[in-house]
Amino acid sequence: MPTFETVIGLEVHVELHTNSKIFCGCSTSFGAPPNTHTCPICLGHPGVLPVLNKQAVEYAMKAAMALNCEIADISKFDRKNYFYPDSPKAYQISQYDQPIGRNGWIDIEVDGKTKRITIDRLHLEEDAGKLTHMEGGFGSLVDFNRVGTPLVEIVSNPDIRSAQEAEAYMQKLRAIMQYCDVSDVKMEEGSLRCDVNISLRPVGQEEYGTKTELKNMNSFRGVVRGTEYEVERQTDVLEDGGTIVQETRRWDESQGRTLSMRSKEEAHDYRYFPDPDLVTLYIDEEWKERVRATIPELPDARKARYASEFGLSSYDADVLTSSKKLADLLEESLNYTKDAKAVANWIMGDLLGYLNQNSKEIDDVLLNGQNLGEMIGLIEKGTISNKIAKTVFKEMLESGKAPQVIVEEKGLVQISDEGAIRGIVEQIVAANPQSVEDYRAGKERAIGFLVGQVMRETKGKANPTLVNELLVDVLKQA
Amino acid sequence: MTPLDYTLAELKQQLSARTLSATELTDAVFARIAATDGTVQAFLTLNEEQARAEARRYDDKYIQGEGLGALAGIPAGIKDNIITEGLRTTCASRFLDNFVPVHDAFVSRKLKEAGVITAGKLNMDEFAMGGSNENSAYQVTRNPWDVERVPGGSSGGSAAAVAAGQVPFSLGSDTGGSIRQPASYCGIVGLKPTYGLVSRFGLVAFASSLDQIGPLTRTVEDSAHVLQAIAGHDTMDSTSANVEIPDYAAALQGDVRGLRIGVPKEYMGEGVDPKVKQAVLDALKTFESLGATWEEVSLPHTEYAVAAYYLLASSEASSNLSRFDGVRYGVRAENPDNLIDLYFKSRSEGFGSEVKRRIMLGTYALSSGYYDAYYLKAQKVRTLIKQDFDQAFQKYDLLIGPTAPTTAFKIGEQINNPLQMYMNDILTIPVSLAGVPAISVPCGMADGLPVGLQIIGKPFDESAVLRAAHLFEQATEHHKLRPQL
Amino acid sequence: MSINLHDVEHVAKLARLLLTDEEKERYTDQLNAILKYADKLNELNTDDVQPTTHVLPIRNVMREDEVRPSLDREHVMKNAPEEEDGQFRVPAVLE
Repeated sequence: MPTFETVIGLEVHVELHTNSKIFCGCSTSFGAPPNTHTCPICLGHPGVLPVLNKQAVEYAMKAAMALNCEIADISKFDRKNYFYPDSPKAYQISQYDQPIGRNGWIDIEVDGKTKRITIDRLHLEEDAGKLTHMEGGFGSLVDFNRVGTPLVEIVSNPDIRSAQEAEAYMQKLRAIMQYCDVSDVKMEEGSLRCDVNISLRPVGQEEYGTKTELKNMNSFRGVVRGTEYEVERQTDVLEDGGTIVQETRRWDESQGRTLSMRSKEEAHDYRYFPDPDLVTLYIDEEWKERVRATIPELPDARKARYASEFGLSSYDADVLTSSKKLADLLEESLNYTKDAKAVANWIMGDLLGYLNQNSKEIDDVLLNGQNLGEMIGLIEKGTISNKIAKTVFKEMLESGKAPQVIVEEKGLVQISDEGAIRGIVEQIVAANPQSVEDYRAGKERAIGFLVGQVMRETKGKANPTLVNELLVDVLKQA
Repeated sequence: MTPLDYTLAELKQQLSARTLSATELTDAVFARIAATDGTVQAFLTLNEEQARAEARRYDDKYIQGEGLGALAGIPAGIKDNIITEGLRTTCASRFLDNFVPVHDAFVSRKLKEAGVITAGKLNMDEFAMGGSNENSAYQVTRNPWDVERVPGGSSGGSAAAVAAGQVPFSLGSDTGGSIRQPASYCGIVGLKPTYGLVSRFGLVAFASSLDQIGPLTRTVEDSAHVLQAIAGHDTMDSTSANVEIPDYAAALQGDVRGLRIGVPKEYMGEGVDPKVKQAVLDALKTFESLGATWEEVSLPHTEYAVAAYYLLASSEASSNLSRFDGVRYGVRAENPDNLIDLYFKSRSEGFGSEVKRRIMLGTYALSSGYYDAYYLKAQKVRTLIKQDFDQAFQKYDLLIGPTAPTTAFKIGEQINNPLQMYMNDILTIPVSLAGVPAISVPCGMADGLPVGLQIIGKPFDESAVLRAAHLFEQATEHHKLRPQL
Repeated sequence: MSINLHDVEHVAKLARLLLTDEEKERYTDQLNAILKYADKLNELNTDDVQPTTHVLPIRNVMREDEVRPSLDREHVMKNAPEEEDGQFRVPAVLE
């Protein structure tokens, strides 16, 4: 029985966040009532014509450049013909043989190793509308608000070898698009989605096996689980001596398996041809340079800088730069504190923990860099303890208030007054003779219990270092 | 003389002098339509009530002496593949039987700005596919010169309405000859402008890389006035040319002395009716007498034009007509079993046989395995045909030949032979493929039927085309002939 | 090249046209006549010829990224064969 190698290629769709659609002036904003962001052009009425949105072209160029693609000198648009109710013209305006970008790559990191995934092409096209199936098979309803939203499709080469690599690739693409500020890249709103092409081949074999395509994956979890399932399924089929059928499948999250989407229709023949309603794009060096100048520092560059400048570990730097918002938060915080490691720890520990626990996104919390930096300053100054800081931090996330304000409002200032603490320490020592005895008998542990009692009495506000010192002192004297 | 015998300039002058009111003119138009359209069958939809209201509005404006557009108060007919807001637009197809556009085409808006009153929508071959109007889903428009004969097409309604004196002018569209050929058959003036001069926004697409809107008129001067109203850059059409628009009426002044005319020998060869050829030779003599010179020239790829054209136009059409799926507008088939069934039934019931034939041809030419052999090959041949014209225009100012190889044929005569039908466009198609401007003007009669002279110009040199046509018209009497209805 | 009945059926399916048997036969004959005529193009060597998609040398036509008013929904739905809750209704997709 041969062992199999997994071969994966991804087709990722990224919605560009232009104000207006790619070929008409309708708004692209998400969540409007059905068919209120439509006009004769995006509805495909008879006689209408498309006019290309310049911003969409420049976002596509920017994205392609950030993915290390070669940018075409001459690019054009083609019609991809197919009938479906979400496609009003019954053709999608896309790019066939002269895409904006070609031959790019990005580096991903899996298990501490860096791997380069190469990209075949990036092209610009229009999104389709949204079809809602009515219950009971009574038909479908079509909303054309989304139709004509500009998309880039990024097609990787089959360089990916596991579900983890696929996820890392998606995460990296998302980060790069976010850094470039060309898309909202929200999988839950469909502004980032992908098709996963999966095949297996015996280890050592050159040629690829028959692939299946997982369509319209719209969560990272789905990409991982769907891919893992499909790899297992294909392995089982092959090990049983079966053959893989080339087909489109979909991931059913609730059932936890992939299902065939084979329809009774004939194979697609998209009949691509140059769209005669649009003219050729000539992209000269000057235009390219103008767009290139708008690309900010990208995740890999930031990651390297965080390691060298702030002394962060490769892992920490990777996590922090995986989202532009986290990285921006870090850098903003550093205007208010010098302790990058402390900022990194707060973001990676308490912030990500909170978001994870509450299934929230970073946009859902009210934290800003100034507040985080100043909170760390309060810890450094001894105004609050680390423990108190956790309370302050949570309050900052939820209210957006400045740490000083929270500390004052809630009376959380750390008690560093030796006299006040000594009094409490003496009380506790007097009230716990057994522990005192244990301590004297050499049970060091007993001191921990006594510290805890003091902290309890002061509602956690006593300076812990001071409590420790004073306890030792009092115990010696008693 | 009735108001319908006046040129546009005369009408405008009378309206301004208030010796004629827009209401009188509009009344005359609808009276003439009522009297003749039972026979001619040019109109698909009349806009009578609205038109009369508009006329009253213009009369008030004329009384108040307000700033008025160049064609204010003059009614016109519009081919039914040009979108008109609130006015049914069918493309002479069952599919769009109930379609009422929610906006105007660029040219519809331009005509309104010029003050033109829309009298109604004119018959055509369904989706502009055809050269006889026999492919209309509604009616066969008759040639006013002989009601047993076709008016030509696809702008047959537009040509017949003007020839029958129903409207002072009309708009048509030309993809492979659809303005020039019916103008020739009906003995009027039809101008196909340079591709890109007139916006296609709101023209229901047949073949996007070829379609152009243009005027059908009784005189060349009228043609210049209408072109003035509709030409110009449109930001809604990516293929609209951003060129300066000259004063076309002013360009009619001058002469043709020293003008170099090339006569493509391929346009005077086999298949061209000898009487048509004679009328063209007589026209060339007229040009000589006006001081121009002419000689034979070769456009060597002419014989390949029809094949290239039918592949290209049908391919584009197959994609352009895919949007007619019964989902958002149009006539949906009743009781479809499912979505796929909805598509199949709506399209099969909605489209006529010529439209289906071209969709089939185009779909085939674009399909996997045939694209290079047909579509791409045709695009390359198009390049060669365009080069023929580029080379000829290095030596000649204008090219002249017949518009069509014959005069109007009988209804039903060619209906079962699509290829023979396609050959009627053999002299207009190369011009469309090259994208250059051309006009058809009456140049005589053959057996009681009008013959059209085609004058072809350099890209965006409509001025030269119009001037030569105007001088020829002024030197001859052909345009003064009227059919008896 | 020639086209047979099977090709005609395939093409009709791609184009979403339902043809009667009579139509299939007629189109097979007529399309063959047209394609045979089109074979004429093969007399020309076009190896070094660039295809023409546009006759005009127009390039880089683009608009600024500005939102313009959409159609009000009443107009969007004006020509709709079947409407429900401001959406276009279609029959179920047959799987």
